[in-house]
Amino acid sequence: MLRFFIRRIIYMIAVVVLVTLFVFVLSRASGDPRTVFMNEYTTQEQWDKWGEEWGLDKPVIVQYWIWLKEAAQGNLGNSLRENRPVLEVILERIPATLELAAGSFIFAIVVGIPGGVISAVNRGSALDYFGRVFALFGQALPPFWLGIMLILIFSVELNLLPTGRRGGIDHFILPCITLGWLTASGLLRIVRSSMLEVMDSEYIKLARAKGVSNSIVVWKHAFRNALIAPLTMAALIFVAFLTGAVVTETVFAWPGIGRLAVTSVSSLDLAVLSGVVMILTSLYVIVNFITDLLYAVIDPRIRLT
Amino acid sequence: MKKFLTKLAQYNRSYPIIPSVIMGLLIIAAIFAPLVATHDPIQGYLGDREIPPMWLDGGSSEHILGTDQQGKDLYSRVVYGARISMIIVLTVTVVGASVGTALGIIAGWYGKHIDEFIMRLVDFTLAVPFILVALVVVIVFGQSFGMVIGLLAVFSWNGFARQIRADSLQIKSTEYVLSAKVAGASTFRIMAKHIFPGVINTMTVVATLRVGGLILSEAILSFLGAGIPKPTPAWGLMVADGRDYLGTSWWIAFFPGLAIFLLVLSSNFLGDWLRDKLDPRLRQLS
Repeated sequence: MLRFFIRRIIYMIAVVVLVTLFVFVLSRASGDPRTVFMNEYTTQEQWDKWGEEWGLDKPVIVQYWIWLKEAAQGNLGNSLRENRPVLEVILERIPATLELAAGSFIFAIVVGIPGGVISAVNRGSALDYFGRVFALFGQALPPFWLGIMLILIFSVELNLLPTGRRGGIDHFILPCITLGWLTASGLLRIVRSSMLEVMDSEYIKLARAKGVSNSIVVWKHAFRNALIAPLTMAALIFVAFLTGAVVTETVFAWPGIGRLAVTSVSSLDLAVLSGVVMILTSLYVIVNFITDLLYAVIDPRIRLT
Repeated sequence: MKKFLTKLAQYNRSYPIIPSVIMGLLIIAAIFAPLVATHDPIQGYLGDREIPPMWLDGGSSEHILGTDQQGKDLYSRVVYGARISMIIVLTVTVVGASVGTALGIIAGWYGKHIDEFIMRLVDFTLAVPFILVALVVVIVFGQSFGMVIGLLAVFSWNGFARQIRADSLQIKSTEYVLSAKVAGASTFRIMAKHIFPGVINTMTVVATLRVGGLILSEAILSFLGAGIPKPTPAWGLMVADGRDYLGTSWWIAFFPGLAIFLLVLSSNFLGDWLRDKLDPRLRQLS
C-alpha cells in the first residue's frame, strides 16, 4: 500500500513538473519577457537591471526553478491584458466553470444512467433504439455545432431559452446539454452493456426464481452491480468537462476559465493561458490520484502495483 | 415498425451500407474536389452574399447550399473542407500509428524500465488537456496547417502504444517467436517479421476507431481559432464564421457542421463494425 502510494505521488509530481516545464519553455520561446515592459524611454541600464531582478542572466534551468518557486506560492505573473495578477483573474472565473460542470454532470447522470438501465431492460424495443441513437449522436456531434444548433432552434427560432451568459436556471439548459451529451452517451453505453451482462448472471436468475419482483431485481440486484463500471469513469468525466468547457463556454459566452483561455489567445495573453493550463492539469492529476487511492481502499481486488 | 427497425439494425450491422455510402461520397468529394465543386472555395462575390440554399425562397441552382457572408459558395467550400479533413486524418493516423505501434512493440518486447517509461509517457499524454496545450502552442508559434497536424500527431500515438503493447506481450511468449529467437534471428527481425504481423489487426481497428475523434479534435481547434488558419475552407472554421449570422442565414453554420457530424457518425459506425469483424476482443475500446 505504501509503495503504491509513493509511486503514485512521484508520478503525480513528474506530470506537474513536465507540464510546467513545457509551459515555461514555451513562454521563454515566445520572447524575452522584458519586451512587454519596454518602451522608447527604456535605457540599457534599466534593461540589465530587469534582467538581474528577474534572474534572466542565469541559466534557463535556474530561471525555471525561480519561476516554479514563484508559481508554487501562487504568483503566476501579471495578466498582459488586464494588468493584474493572473491568479486573481483565474479565481474570479472558476465559479462559473464549476457551475457549468456541475449542471452538465447532473444532466449526464440523470440521462445516462437511467437511460442505460431502461435500454438494457427493454432490449430490442423502441426505447432501446432511442437510447442507442441518443448515444451514437452524442459521440458524433461536434460540441460547438450542437451548441449553435440548440441556440438556433430554441433561442432564435422558438425564442424559448436565452442564447447564453450566466444567469437563472433557464440559462443552464442549453449549455449543460451541449457539454453533457457526450458524457451522457458514454454513461448510457457503459451502463447498458454492464446491465445486460449482470442481468444474464446466475444470481439474477436465482433472484427471479425466488419470485422477487421485476423492479426489485432490476434496481436492487442488477443496478447496484452495474454501477461499478460507470463509477470508474468519474475522473474521465471530470477531464471531459474541463476540456469541453472551453468549447461550450465559447459558444454560450459563459464567463468561465475555458472562455478566458480562448480569449487570452486572441489577446496574446500567455501568462493567463499558462496559468489556466497549469491549474487544470494539476487539478486533473490530483483528482486522478484520489480516485486511484479510493479504488484501492474500496476494492481490495485492485492490485496495488 | 418495431420489426422493421430490428431488421434494419441487423442488416446495418452485417453490411454497413449507409455509413459506407456517406464515407465513400465524402472521400470522392475530397479526391476530386476541383471537379465536384461548382465554385472557387476561397474567392467570393460580395454581391452574392447570404443567398439561401436552392430549395428555399430566394435560392438558385447556381448555389446549391447557398452562400456565406462573403458570397462564397457553401457547397464548394464543404467539398473542399472534406479534402482538408481527409488530409489531416490520413497524415495524423499514419504518423500516430507508426510511432505508437513501434513504441508498443518495443515496450512489450523489452519490458521493465523501457516499458514503464513508455507507458508513463502514454499516461502523461492522457493527463494533459489537449485543447489547452494546443492553445498555448498556437499563442507562441501562431496558426498553421503543419502545427495542427503536429499537435494532433503528438496526442494520437498513445492509444496505439497501449493496445499494441498488450498484444506484443502475448506474442512474445508464443512458440514461434521463441523458435525464431533460438534460431538466432535478430531482435529487429523478430519485431518486424514475427510480432508486427500479429498486431496489424489491432492497429487497423485502433486507427479506424480514432478517426472520428481526430476529425472532432481538428474541427474544435479550427472553431476556436487555434487550428487551420483562414481562409482555408476547414469545416470547424466555417461553423465559427456562420455563428454570427444565425439570425439571418442559418445555413452558413449548419451545413459544414452537418458534414462533420455525418463523417464522424459514419466513421464511428465503420470502426465498430471493423472491430467486431477483425477482433471482438477489442470491445472495450469503443
